[in-house]
Amino acid sequence: MRGLLGRLSPQPDEPQRPAAGQVAAAARGVGVRLGARAVLADVTLDVRSGEVLALVGPNGAGKSTLLGVLSGDREPDVGDVELLGRPVADWSVAQLSRRRAVLPQQVALAFPFTVSEVVRMGRRPWAGTDAEDDDERVLAEAMAQTDVEQLAGRGFLSLSGGERGRVALARVLAQQTPLLLLDEPTAALDLHHVELVLQVARERASRGDAVVIVLHDLVTAAAHADRVAVLADGRVAACGPPAQVFTAELLTRVYSHPVEVLPHPRTGAPLVLPVR
Amino acid sequence: MRPLAPATARGRTRGPVLLAGLALALVAVVLLACATGAYSVPPLQVLSSVLHRVGVDVGTMPDPTGETVLWEIRFPRVVLGALVGASLACAGALMQGVFGNPLAEPGVIGVSSGAALGAVAAIALGVSGFGGWTVTGAAFLGGLVTTLGVYAFSRSSGRAEVVTLVLTGIAVNAVTGAAIGLLTFFADDAELRSITFWNLGSIGSATWPAVWAVAPVAALGLLAAPRFARRLDLLALGDHPARHLGVDVERLRLVLIVVVALLTSAAVAVAGIISFVGLVVPHAVRMVAGPGHRLLVPASALAGAAVLIAGDLAARTIAAPAEVPLGSLTALVGGPFFFWLLHRTRARQGGWA
Repeated sequence: MRGLLGRLSPQPDEPQRPAAGQVAAAARGVGVRLGARAVLADVTLDVRSGEVLALVGPNGAGKSTLLGVLSGDREPDVGDVELLGRPVADWSVAQLSRRRAVLPQQVALAFPFTVSEVVRMGRRPWAGTDAEDDDERVLAEAMAQTDVEQLAGRGFLSLSGGERGRVALARVLAQQTPLLLLDEPTAALDLHHVELVLQVARERASRGDAVVIVLHDLVTAAAHADRVAVLADGRVAACGPPAQVFTAELLTRVYSHPVEVLPHPRTGAPLVLPVR
Repeated sequence: MRPLAPATARGRTRGPVLLAGLALALVAVVLLACATGAYSVPPLQVLSSVLHRVGVDVGTMPDPTGETVLWEIRFPRVVLGALVGASLACAGALMQGVFGNPLAEPGVIGVSSGAALGAVAAIALGVSGFGGWTVTGAAFLGGLVTTLGVYAFSRSSGRAEVVTLVLTGIAVNAVTGAAIGLLTFFADDAELRSITFWNLGSIGSATWPAVWAVAPVAALGLLAAPRFARRLDLLALGDHPARHLGVDVERLRLVLIVVVALLTSAAVAVAGIISFVGLVVPHAVRMVAGPGHRLLVPASALAGAAVLIAGDLAARTIAAPAEVPLGSLTALVGGPFFFWLLHRTRARQGGWA
């Protein structure tokens, strides 16, 4: 009944932030079926605190589904999912909202809220807790990191696709959770803002948060991720540091398209290019 | 940081100012509605008469006839109008939040006619198990079943599309219209008169017993509604994002559907089908106050009460001594508004996707 009537007495609930390198979220032997089709099959993956893990793979490989499973939105048909040392289903909806934040692929809004109102929604999980005192500082920081400060007073629905994406990211950052799950945060962004978003992801990782990020651009993934997991047909085809995982042979097979991989002349990071 | 501060500061003062302004407007409309009619009583005397009942004697009292007219005819009618208007507008605001669609309205999507069918069925089939509460209860049941049906049918992945919603409304209204038609066909004369009343929509038959039959139901809904405001804001992001921010979406929805059915059926049980109040009022409030539900829900309730009393005043004065059905009047104003809203939505979205 208390839940029905709202947050009359929010329980203090300060999530323990795991030490860097420890497992923040994990999928073990996860399988998801959609009708007769296996969307995910036997996926085992650790997400560690302090790292940026990029999920890459062709369209329909199961990247978004895996993100949905890790976030607790979707219960896998087989296998286990853990979040901060506990089965994800054991956390309440409110507890989850203080532990993981999710940037969806499609950003929607039913009513014309302003940008600052939308970003402020990200602080809702902390209402009534001590962390609420940080609201203004966290909001200002999230808006600065995503370069949306000058949009604060604008209506969200009047923004372009790329601007909406950055505002949605600011809301997710403002949630201040130890696990960030970002589904294609760079879609519709220009070159400058793609780099900006990846820098924000790196910055959160350096503070000890775990960041999982779905990307299509393999060069971006190679340049910014600590590890990459290549998904193909619902399975993890390879997982590890980009320089080891991104080989012409693997990518050619996974994408069914000839691919060449060259080292960047200055940094040595792999440059992935389709053979043209 | 600079652009953030003025926006929130303005938001903070705007809320109380708007609510106070609407409350004043409501008081003014109430006084005017009580003063106007076949037997006119000056507004100041209306005030004195009310104050006298609570033990404060100031100003001139109305003469005995005026006193009777006020307490037996006008006051129950105005109180009922306020309850019905507040319930309909509040139900509209909540329903638009639940469906994630500013076009959702109890009348448009068929919830009102579902509630009316419940009420009409109770009358025509001679059900009288709960005394004065029977019709209210039957209206509630009809409203609840219809809301659940429309909800289950028209939503996909967290939002109800405009086309699905409007078409569902057409289908529901067709079915309930046919059922009411059948019940009318088999009804006797006395039942017929009651049934006709539902379809026209009016608060002309207001009495104190009618007020007491509806007041608790409406009050329950109106008091419960503001509790959901914050979570409705988050629901505007969609089902999954709202859940990611800690909202138990499925439960919130079911509870809100019950509240909407409660408010709608309370209104329909006493006043019949008065459409478009739930659409026009929250929309106008949203244009002034923004979409935040913490202000939208109470402001819609206040504005809805004022609008319905004003509408009823117009209904009984424009063709005096005859009375225009209030439901026709609101539809006359609300219909074109709905057209405009549809047009604007299409222009803005570039289609119905």
